[in-house]
Amino acid sequence: MNDALGSPQSVLVLGGTSEIGRAIVRALVGERARLVVFAGRHPESMDGVVAELRREGASDVEAVRWDANAVGTHREVLGGLFSEHGRFDMVLVAAGLLGDQKVDEHDPESAAGVMSTNYVGPAAAMLVVADLLRAQGQGSMVVLSSVAGVRVRRSNFVYGSSKAGLDGFCQGLADSLVGSGVRLMIVRPGFVHTKMTAGMKAAPLSVGADEVAKAVLAGLRKSSPVVWVPAAMRPIFAVLSLLPRGLFRRIPG
Amino acid sequence: MEVDRRRKLLSGWGGAPVSSSDVVTVTPGRPGSDGRPGSDGWQGWSQQLRRPPEEGVIARGLGRSYGDAAQVAGGTTLDATGLHRILEMDAVNGFARVEAGVSLEQLMAASLPLGRFVPVTPGTRHVTVGGAIAADIHGKNHHVDGSFGTHVLALKLGAPGATLELGPDRDPEKFWATVGGMGLTGVVLEATLDLPAVETSYMEVDTERAADLDDVMARMEASDHEYRYSVAWIDCLAKGASMGRSVLTRGDHARLGQLSAKQLRSPLRFDPRVKLQAPGYVPSGLLNRFTVAAFNEAWFRKAPRHETGRVMPLGSFFHPLDGVGGWNRLYGSRGFLQYQFVVPFGREEALREAIGRLSSSGQASFLAVLKRFGAPSSAPLSFPSPGWTLALDLPIGDAGMTRLLDGLDELVTEAGGRIYLAKDSRMRPELLEAQYPGIHAWRRTRDALDPDGVMCSDLCRRLDVSGRHGGVSRCRSALSGDYRHDTTDTPPDRPTGMTSMADPAAERDGGGAPSYGGTGEGHAQTREGDRLERRSR
Ligand SMILES: NC(=O)c1ccc[n+]([C@@H]2O[C@H](COP(=O)([O-])OP(=O)(O)OC[C@H]3O[C@@H](n4cnc5c(N)ncnc54)[C@H](OP(=O)(O)O)[C@@H]3O)[C@@H](O)[C@H]2O)c1
Repeated sequence: MNDALGSPQSVLVLGGTSEIGRAIVRALVGERARLVVFAGRHPESMDGVVAELRREGASDVEAVRWDANAVGTHREVLGGLFSEHGRFDMVLVAAGLLGDQKVDEHDPESAAGVMSTNYVGPAAAMLVVADLLRAQGQGSMVVLSSVAGVRVRRSNFVYGSSKAGLDGFCQGLADSLVGSGVRLMIVRPGFVHTKMTAGMKAAPLSVGADEVAKAVLAGLRKSSPVVWVPAAMRPIFAVLSLLPRGLFRRIPG
Repeated sequence: MEVDRRRKLLSGWGGAPVSSSDVVTVTPGRPGSDGRPGSDGWQGWSQQLRRPPEEGVIARGLGRSYGDAAQVAGGTTLDATGLHRILEMDAVNGFARVEAGVSLEQLMAASLPLGRFVPVTPGTRHVTVGGAIAADIHGKNHHVDGSFGTHVLALKLGAPGATLELGPDRDPEKFWATVGGMGLTGVVLEATLDLPAVETSYMEVDTERAADLDDVMARMEASDHEYRYSVAWIDCLAKGASMGRSVLTRGDHARLGQLSAKQLRSPLRFDPRVKLQAPGYVPSGLLNRFTVAAFNEAWFRKAPRHETGRVMPLGSFFHPLDGVGGWNRLYGSRGFLQYQFVVPFGREEALREAIGRLSSSGQASFLAVLKRFGAPSSAPLSFPSPGWTLALDLPIGDAGMTRLLDGLDELVTEAGGRIYLAKDSRMRPELLEAQYPGIHAWRRTRDALDPDGVMCSDLCRRLDVSGRHGGVSRCRSALSGDYRHDTTDTPPDRPTGMTSMADPAAERDGGGAPSYGGTGEGHAQTREGDRLERRSR
């Protein structure tokens, strides 16, 4: 169950090896989380994380195979996890793929892979999750969107547009969940230092995965519908969203 | 009889956590239409218990539990407020038989004109008799009169298997499992309560200011026994020398001779009107440490330094907040939580430490309530036990709150105290068994009343109160068929963690129980074993 401060006892992570996801889970285990299931493409690479979380106080940790893009299996795989474990108080959607904009602009298959991994796959999975959580009568979904989807830029529009799609989908889904006991929190980080961004030049106001985790816990406590990390991203993007196209296009980066 | 079933979002009085369930409201037919008052409503309910949803069933009264005790996510919540008939009122012998949904306000309104009061009232009149029994509530007279359950002469329990007549002398084990049992033994349908005699509906009250915590504790120890009702309001934001400054109010029911000529015209008058209504929308930050500190300061200065024999209507003495409708909304949409613990006499240092931590944390708390509890009831899950109890409201939001309260939980548990389940919405489940050592026996009685685990609430799952949800991480449905009955007579486990807390050597030797977190491979392996066993069925 989720407690009055929004702390879950059981967590399902979609996008198993995500570093941000792992940081959030570690913080949740520091609170009330005792059952954690990671679902991703490489469960075999999760042994270290599983052991680490057990040491930190989780009593049940496991990693299972799940591919965001195998949309046809979502109902079976996710439904199976819920019936095996009884219930999940929180489902964290962390799967994502940054891609390489320079390649993707000219490679339709690669671009479609990015779009699908960031939007189609997770969104389809969330439809299944929403039904399962509705039936439970209580639960939360925490979705890692991105500031890149708030106003899509020339420099990463393949990734950005897929996050824009995901973000819009989540806003609508969140509205559909009002009154069901299930809530959906959208997380919009800026640049986060993880393997996804390794080797890239850090953007201004970059943060670590632990800062995202801290903001997520605060958001859960306050029942925030949207969390920006760092918080300054919110006013910055309020301004950026108002800039005329011609001007916005010329901002470097 | 009408049965209305609809999916609704519910929370306790604190506003969080929230969950949705099918709420079933039963409106009984006209009294006596079937010759047995009260049975109509029960018929509607027993249908729900016969074909229960997998997530379980729980009864709900007026929703004044602060946390998640009276809701069951995905299951069926039985709205007991439809059953609100007073079936019998005997002013001569001083008892009443009522349906479980009767509120204390309704009961007072009916009994006061006859010169009878309710045996125990909490800080609000808006609780049902069923809820009062399930939480074994207490009031300002606990040090003299004990908890609500000790004034229940008999009750009718709708358990999933059967309807039972219980009392302290009739199937006492099941009776006391129901008192304080948080609704998990079945649905209380009716109860017979003793009603103390009063000459007037006024209170005679002594008020004194205490400069600090030691001062107030000393005054309470010295003279609480001279008063039937006693409570101290503590300013938990006061620091330094004035830490724990308090206003102590104590009194008794006023006798006729103490009333003014005007009051004597209707000495048993009872006027339960709500005087103020909290506004519909309040921003979440309104009550912060600055506004609350200012309020507390003004309140302390306003209280008389020392005043004796003031006569006031009982509503102002017992239920000051009932004068403000929906006061919980003042905390905004995030809600608040109420924290209440008790520590035994002799462990005053834990109380001092707790108040010290609260005051230095600067968490905005309105006046906290300090009280001394008297003798406990025989109910294994009853909260009150001899010692000091402190209750306070905290608005949800501050980042430091989790650590602060988790630390207090451990302090209290270590001191042999406990947290009040009817108010809890966040405790670490690992502490439950240590705080309520009678829980193992209670679980066996509970299982006998409800072998399939139909009765369940969010609280029950969160803390695994019934012990049927697969431990602290699972919150499983108890009905999913994977629960194994514990048929042994020895209590299953020693309270986790307490051995290692109390005896550090145990942990050093590696012989101790797993510590609070339930960490370690051992724990994980047990669960793994459980799962294998489940699969093999
Ligand atoms: N890092 C940033 O700067 C940043 C900023 C804003 C938003 N975000 C978003 O935050 C989320 C987590 O990012 P991160 O920084 O933690 O990066 P990360 O460590 O690379 O995590 C992303 C995870 O997604 C999983 N994934 C990729 N394709 C998948 C598929 N088809 N099916 C299932 N899982 C798949 C990957 O796990 P496997 O390869 O094991 O399957 C990978 O571990 C992403 O959605 C990302 O877009 C990141």
